[in-house]
Amino acid sequence: MLGNLFANYYEAVSVILFGIGFTTLLLNRNMIKKIMGLNIMDTAIYLFLAAKGYIFGRKVPIVTGTVPEPETYINPIPTGLVLTGIVVSVSVTAVMLSLTIRLYRRYRTLDIDEITRLVKEEK
Amino acid sequence: MDFIRNFPFICIVLCLATGVISSVLKPKAAKVVSVSLVSFCCVCSFCVLFYTISTGTSFTYMMGHFPAPWGNEIRAGVLEGVMASFFTVIMLLSLLGGEKYLKIDIEEPKQNLYFALINLLLSSLLALVYTNDLFTAYVFVEINTIAAGGLIMIRSNGHSMLAATKYMIMSLLGSGLLLIGITLQYDLTGHLLMSNIKESIGALAANGEYAVPLTVIIGLMSVGIAIKSALFPFHAWLPDAYGFSTASSAAILSSLVSKAYLFLLIKIMYRVIGTDVFWNSKITNVFFILGVAGMLFGSFSAIKEHDMRRMIAFSSVAQIGYIYMGFGFGTELGMVAAVFHILSHAATKSMLFVACRGLSEVSGDKKDFSDLKGSGFRNKMAGVAFSVGAFSMVGVPLFAGFISKLYLTSAALDTLSVKMVVAVIVLAVSTILNALYFIRAVISIYTPRNEHYRDPEFRPGKIFCIGMVCFIAINFVLGLASHPIINAIEQGLHMFS
Repeated sequence: MLGNLFANYYEAVSVILFGIGFTTLLLNRNMIKKIMGLNIMDTAIYLFLAAKGYIFGRKVPIVTGTVPEPETYINPIPTGLVLTGIVVSVSVTAVMLSLTIRLYRRYRTLDIDEITRLVKEEK
Repeated sequence: MDFIRNFPFICIVLCLATGVISSVLKPKAAKVVSVSLVSFCCVCSFCVLFYTISTGTSFTYMMGHFPAPWGNEIRAGVLEGVMASFFTVIMLLSLLGGEKYLKIDIEEPKQNLYFALINLLLSSLLALVYTNDLFTAYVFVEINTIAAGGLIMIRSNGHSMLAATKYMIMSLLGSGLLLIGITLQYDLTGHLLMSNIKESIGALAANGEYAVPLTVIIGLMSVGIAIKSALFPFHAWLPDAYGFSTASSAAILSSLVSKAYLFLLIKIMYRVIGTDVFWNSKITNVFFILGVAGMLFGSFSAIKEHDMRRMIAFSSVAQIGYIYMGFGFGTELGMVAAVFHILSHAATKSMLFVACRGLSEVSGDKKDFSDLKGSGFRNKMAGVAFSVGAFSMVGVPLFAGFISKLYLTSAALDTLSVKMVVAVIVLAVSTILNALYFIRAVISIYTPRNEHYRDPEFRPGKIFCIGMVCFIAINFVLGLASHPIINAIEQGLHMFS
């Protein structure tokens, strides 16, 4: 059991990171820390994908001159997925940050519970 | 005729392009462009629907001149056609019905951005309906989340911004789970195209290999989508998001955004995991229990609510519960009933939200029951539409809700287990609870009082009336002529597997 964990330590670490990010996004009251949690969660998934795509001892899948044998380079698809995922998470982070800025300008706090209380009082 | 095969792709790309153009147009021009685009997509979707029905087969559309394992694919069958046409029709009617209130609720310089978001949302909805690739589905899920968050926050007051924040946080948790599910699945099978994944997973399940990872994958994807579509314990974001956004946004969010995720879940069931493996994984029992709990809890919360908008929002929690209960039966009949309920709930809920805004317009922009008294006389069109919607939600014969409840009950009777007893009892109880709060709402809008709001000059706008009449017509079509639609759903589900 432990042996499996050590053999796949990239995957184990990325799942732990995913858990940290997930709980931070869900439970932390500070908006900025929530966004950090979101980014940790996404990055953990990219680490998982990159670790899965890498094959020990093989090269980067960039063709220069002659086309090399498929056995000599790593699987390029996970890397492509990571790139797409990064674009997605950048845009989501931008939206969340802009929302946070607007909430901060209005209520002068980053604490989501405090903001909820202030919004309720506004009625 | 084969030219129709290009339509799904054309619609998706056109929506994306128009979204960009709308952001630099004047509000009025953006509205014209956006409404004509939605109408165009509607016509195209109906063409796809009739093409697939007439040929009796589904088709895949290759993108970028690369065949399947390397290139991306779009797939269209009867069920995709039904969903796409339905989504575009509801979106068009919600825009028409809520058009007047957009001008009131949204600041002038931002109105064109609203239509940009609508176009973006439509493109992601259509892409989710048509895509045959799991990772593309994930990307469009995120686009859908961003666009939906924008639709909530564009009415820039404190309530809607907070609601948008809560919505975004919950949605992002859901998409995180979905993404890690897809990643694990890719790790296990090495494919991202739905048909290839299904083959590999079928082979794995037949040999009994990787049983635990397979269950984890199914669980992660299902929970991710359940959070995004507001299944019972994950519904905390829903009442605020639907209650404080503008009327069109609430209608579109409740009837299209959450339904697109549900359709993605159906696709995962049929086209990615395969129904045998999915139904054997016992996740259907979780769906069933949470669905039943949601039906009761949503109704109880709705009864306690004094705000009409929030009452309708809590009723959505109950209706999502019905749909998940249909999934939870784990039978073909249950799926057909659930898909029909998706349609009938989408048609009814969007009408209720727009009609409710019409009613509060003639009651000093208030949403409490005490203020809405007699508003059915002041805005007759909205009153009639609200009553039709309420009767449909309760499940009075002639209306759409009756047929979906009928099919859900017959699906329940077909299962012959503990689920049957629980489902039938909870359906009966929940119908009574629905009747309690919806009939109370109808009675209160037709109780003559609060004369000081009376404005003899008030006439509901023409576009609003057209939208409402079409909504009522759709409700009656679903209620009275449900057979062709049920047949199409059955045919579509057969094409899936």
